[in-house]
Amino acid sequence: MASPMRIRAAEKDGVVDVKVLMKHDMETGQRKDAAGALVPAWYITTLEAKVGDKVVFASQFGPAVSKDPFLNFKLKGAAKAGETITVTWVDNKGETRTDKAEIK
Amino acid sequence: MNTQRRRLMQTGALMGLMASAGLISQAEAAAWNKAAFEAKSIDDVAKVLGGGAPQKSDQVVLRAPDIAENGAVVPVGVETNLKATEMAILVEKNPNAMAAMFIVPAGAEAFAATRVKMGQTSNVYALAKVDGKWLMASKEVKVTLGGCGG
Repeated sequence: MASPMRIRAAEKDGVVDVKVLMKHDMETGQRKDAAGALVPAWYITTLEAKVGDKVVFASQFGPAVSKDPFLNFKLKGAAKAGETITVTWVDNKGETRTDKAEIK
Repeated sequence: MNTQRRRLMQTGALMGLMASAGLISQAEAAAWNKAAFEAKSIDDVAKVLGGGAPQKSDQVVLRAPDIAENGAVVPVGVETNLKATEMAILVEKNPNAMAAMFIVPAGAEAFAATRVKMGQTSNVYALAKVDGKWLMASKEVKVTLGGCGG
């Protein structure tokens, strides 16, 4: 199973600031390994953040997103301190990872 | 079956499975916009995204360094005070211009920050979709060490 994401979500003055750090190689498919062979493309394609049943933010990534993707977004009205935010990513191989965090 | 098609089907199958399991609604399981991510130039991406040619706007803010020390990890952000429903980050000289796209539902601010790879010095574009039309801001980011490996 893929490595866990780190999620930090904190509310201040009605705005919840969410920072997610994912663990993923994000290979573009253009890099060559030590033996000179092309490393196949392998990267997160979609990400979805939910609070309860509601999708509060979503992203689509291409291989140009840096290794160990970082994403920062902000919620105003969709969530508040004490609630739980759940983040799910799916990559181009169909692997997926879901993690959650309490909004502080 | 070739690998790419197999992968696409696997992703599609997984999305379908997750949707039917109630984990994500069909609408939200917005399929990855393959055409947008495979488009080459800024213009090609804009054509795929639809909504007409993006218009420069000083209400769209692109946060990016003037000089990227490491092209593999360039912090880039897009934000606007306008009601944007979608935003995107494009790197003009990358093999495929679109780096990332963000969907902003009601209750979220039109703000996103991430880190992208840049192969070389290039214009970086922040796009924001407001009232069905794309607005944009851009700046040149100089790259000393390219970020695509090799």
